[in-house]
Amino acid sequence: MMHFLLLFSRQGKLRLQKWFTPIPEREKKKIVRDMTTMVLGRKPRSCNFLHWKDLKIVYKKYASLYFCCGLDAEENELLALEVLHRYVELLDKYFGNVCELDIIFNFEKAYFILDEFLLGGEVQETSKQVVSRSIEASDMLQEAEIDNSDYDLELGWP
Amino acid sequence: MALKIVKGSIDRMFDKNLQDLVRGIRNHKEDEAKYISTCIDEIKQELKQDNIAVKSNAVCKLTYLQMLGYDVSWAAFNIVEVMSSSKFTYKRIGYLAASQCFHESTDVIMLTTNQIRKDLSSPNQYDTGVALTGLSCFVTPDLARDLANDIMTLMSHTKPYIRKKAVLIMYKVFLKYPESLRPAFPRMKEKLEDPDPGVQSAAVNVICELARRNPKNYLSLAPLFFKLMTSSTNNWVLIKIIKLFGALTPLEPLVGTAGSYCLSSVSVLISLSSGMPNHSASIQALCIVSRPLSVLSLFVVKYLGLLAMSKILKTHPKSVQSHKDLILQCLDDKDESIRLRALDLLYGMVSKKNLMEIVKKLMLHVDKAEGTTYRDELLTKIIDICSQSNYQYITNFEWYISILVELTRLEGTRHGHLIASQMLDVAIRVKAIRAFAVAQMATLLDNAHLLTGNTQHSGICEVLYAAAWICGEFSEHLEDPMATLEAMLRPKVATLPGHIQAVYVQNAAKLFSTVLCGQEGAPADSKVAQETSQLLIDRLPVFVQSDNLEVQERASCILQLVKYIQKLQQKDVEVAEEVTALFAGELNPVAPKAQKKVPVPEGLDLDAWINEPPSGSESEDEGRKTKGKAVFAREESRHTKPRYTEVDEKELAKRREVRKAEQANNPFYIKASPSSQKVYQEAVGVEHIPVVQIDLSVPLKVPGMPMSDQYVKLEEERRQKNKADRKKDKKKRREKGRQRRGDSGPESEEDITPAHMVDIVTEEMPENALPINSSLTSRCITDVCDIQGNLHDGSQVVVSVIFENKCDSFIKSMEFNVMDSLNSKLQRPEGAGPHDSLTVPFHLPPGISSEARFIFSVQSIVMPQKLKGTLTFIVKDSSTHEKLDFKLHFTCTSYLITTPCYSVLCPDLNLRLNCFDAYAKLLESGDLKGSSLKLEGINQPFHHLLARICFHHHFSVVERIDSCASMYSRSIQGHHVCLLVKTADQTVSIDAKCDEPGLLRNVLDEIKLTFSQC
Repeated sequence: MMHFLLLFSRQGKLRLQKWFTPIPEREKKKIVRDMTTMVLGRKPRSCNFLHWKDLKIVYKKYASLYFCCGLDAEENELLALEVLHRYVELLDKYFGNVCELDIIFNFEKAYFILDEFLLGGEVQETSKQVVSRSIEASDMLQEAEIDNSDYDLELGWP
Repeated sequence: MALKIVKGSIDRMFDKNLQDLVRGIRNHKEDEAKYISTCIDEIKQELKQDNIAVKSNAVCKLTYLQMLGYDVSWAAFNIVEVMSSSKFTYKRIGYLAASQCFHESTDVIMLTTNQIRKDLSSPNQYDTGVALTGLSCFVTPDLARDLANDIMTLMSHTKPYIRKKAVLIMYKVFLKYPESLRPAFPRMKEKLEDPDPGVQSAAVNVICELARRNPKNYLSLAPLFFKLMTSSTNNWVLIKIIKLFGALTPLEPLVGTAGSYCLSSVSVLISLSSGMPNHSASIQALCIVSRPLSVLSLFVVKYLGLLAMSKILKTHPKSVQSHKDLILQCLDDKDESIRLRALDLLYGMVSKKNLMEIVKKLMLHVDKAEGTTYRDELLTKIIDICSQSNYQYITNFEWYISILVELTRLEGTRHGHLIASQMLDVAIRVKAIRAFAVAQMATLLDNAHLLTGNTQHSGICEVLYAAAWICGEFSEHLEDPMATLEAMLRPKVATLPGHIQAVYVQNAAKLFSTVLCGQEGAPADSKVAQETSQLLIDRLPVFVQSDNLEVQERASCILQLVKYIQKLQQKDVEVAEEVTALFAGELNPVAPKAQKKVPVPEGLDLDAWINEPPSGSESEDEGRKTKGKAVFAREESRHTKPRYTEVDEKELAKRREVRKAEQANNPFYIKASPSSQKVYQEAVGVEHIPVVQIDLSVPLKVPGMPMSDQYVKLEEERRQKNKADRKKDKKKRREKGRQRRGDSGPESEEDITPAHMVDIVTEEMPENALPINSSLTSRCITDVCDIQGNLHDGSQVVVSVIFENKCDSFIKSMEFNVMDSLNSKLQRPEGAGPHDSLTVPFHLPPGISSEARFIFSVQSIVMPQKLKGTLTFIVKDSSTHEKLDFKLHFTCTSYLITTPCYSVLCPDLNLRLNCFDAYAKLLESGDLKGSSLKLEGINQPFHHLLARICFHHHFSVVERIDSCASMYSRSIQGHHVCLLVKTADQTVSIDAKCDEPGLLRNVLDEIKLTFSQC
């Protein structure tokens, strides 16, 4: 099972965090700090796996963003890399050539996509099409609601 | 009212939305905290408004701030408000915020139960989906209990979108509320065959997770998963299933195919077609198969390759050893993860032949390594590798001592004590090395300032502890004890940690006695002896003033002693002998298990109470009852008394627990764990001692020390010489081999003869001792064993071992132990651990032999196997522990059982025909795979040949016609093995068929071996 997924920039700024197991705030902050220092401290041409406490850490850098997740010791590292990659593909498909700014400004969308892809630390849907279809459908639903409501026009939900 | 709405919407035009917030934060880089605190104030205002749109906007911003590390727990109730909005747009934000901010101790979670239940049954599938997603993040035991039923119904929802989410979240529910597992499981199992692939993969995920926690309960699902595995085309699902099989196989050797997946699960993606794993191939396969994965770099493959190798190493060390150079190369890698993995591998790869080479490489790395953690890791690995299984791989201990001495040059290592304990261990146990070790240690002591100069606190000075002790204890080997004594009493020693000083002082006294001994022989030299006493009297007062109690006590005691001796010396009295008597007696190593061997004296029951325990917690209830009727108290106590004598095991265990707990809580009870040494260390307060820092620009190289490299060369020369010697021996040996051939008993593996024998006891070496396969044992008996791969049920093999006492002492307390392999295990009595040894149920008087049987359980009989084992025993006269290593060779033949086919002997013709028919049918059925063998130059009569096969390989003859015979045997697991043996002109051809090709190949190899030896 995946325990957490973190996205952070080269400067160590957190861009997205998803915790699949309930963890106290203080502990979360410690993990985030450890992960950013550990991962950012790695040299560029080194392997993507680390051990931290009893977790396996798998990370991968996409452009300026580091995608980093913590797995149970029994999990497969390669599969986790694939999961990260699939998530990037999904983001890419949704935003169209995704960049860090897309995730910063539409961070809730990034979460929604993630929620359709993973649930409770397990892969929920392996098909890209199915994921994007359900994201589109819920966005449609949202737009329909906004159209119906006069008040919500200026709110700026895309 | 209308006005209020209009006013609200105008206000909102000035509200910040999320984008504004983000932009704002980016524009206020200098005073971010201040900007955010104003934003939070605004958000608080927004949350106070009635308008749900405004609230949800505020909550959305809060979620962002939460990620930046700000505390938003105060808004938990507002989040719940937004969650319960009827509009999907807001609900979505609400649940997102909840999943990010809520945790188990958030108290408003209790309020959400009904809202979530409502959302779960919403007609809109996305409402339900959002609720499920949120719930997966913050589900508590209470929520799990209350909602388990609702989620279970959702598992059979019409929409696959809901079904897959429900299935996945069920795992979280199981974790929080395990009672739900039983009722939900049948439905979960159904989902494995759901028409929608998403739901199917979700169910596989959940069951894999469950099975990993408790594999036993999911064995029954194996066939279903097997079906899925062969039918599914979804790689994600396949990987999960392979992992699942990996968890299941240790429990149940499934069908051969599934077993092979277990191995391939290591190399991750080895596809289904890979069949029986060929191990070196599997690593290549790993690279090939992982190519389709889009994101792999070379480094990833390298890492995984090493990881896979370490798994394979456990089962097939040979195939990994061939990659030694590759692994050594990995040590040069820039990446620490890869280097550490490679180090792990090296541990399992060493042999007598390559140990020196590998350690030499490692030493190079130690010199190059940057960063103390990695260097320390290297150091411990070097020591681990060398000392593993009782220094099994070390052939030259002088080399090892030099390595240890070289390691002391490491600056700032934490593992000084490790090196020290190795030095002590080797010096005590290897008698032949003592002279060399003492010389080395004396140099170390002489150059102590180099070690302690910079690294006062780092622990490398621990080696001085060992050095001082070794020099003192074995001072008779010292060339110049006087010089060493002087070195040990330098004033700088007083800066060392207390426990080391204490050893110094004590051993200075030992040296003193040696010096006296050496000098007093010649009366002319009595001056030197007196000078020595004077030296001690001059130098010891420094230690008497030490703030360490131990040092002080020893120093003042010895000081007084020396003063007294000096007085006697002045009167020209010979004292040397008496002084030596102080330190007489030799220290012998004691096996860690020795205490176990001391028989418990008769009449002593260790479990019995010395004093009856006060009626504690367990009898409290009784006590309360009796209190009421105090009159009967006496009578009752009389009743309870005898209970103590007949308590059962459980009760005893429970009491022991209670007693342990009591002891743990009792501050006055002295516990066993903390060592006295530690106490000293803490007590010294090294920080307070003024230290002179010496800056060394040259690397720390202790002068006058031999480098370990030279031993590598020496070893090579020696090996070559040995080789030449061995050639001469060969003839002799072959003869010996012939005598041995019959039994597949213990084999001696004398590839390399060790330069030094390490022995524990040298006297009383029995004459007939036969060295078997280890450098660390003295040996007393030989044993010849006989593996009768015998009958019984499909997985048992009986090994009968004949123990023969060839020495002239009584041998007792024999314990037999075999290192289990994955495939074969020694069957031990219930309750015994997997490494416990079995007691051999008899003693052996001199010259007597006796037989014991041991049962092994074997899983796969396809391959022959060698098991390593040890026999420990006590020779009565010396009452020391002895160890004997041996190997058991399970040939494939030993798995065959002679199954008579009555075609020849059977009087009943019908039965005979039937039997033959059955044989013919078996051959025709096509289930058997064939293989053949040709033996040339056999010139013994045909019936001898057949008898040989029957006798050595457990076959029986089905039918014989002239120079042609068919033979049959069965394995303990029911494989049929058929042979057709033909002979013509000294050539024998054997056509063989069997339903297990691997087994057949090995059996044929063994047959070939039998005939090549005659």
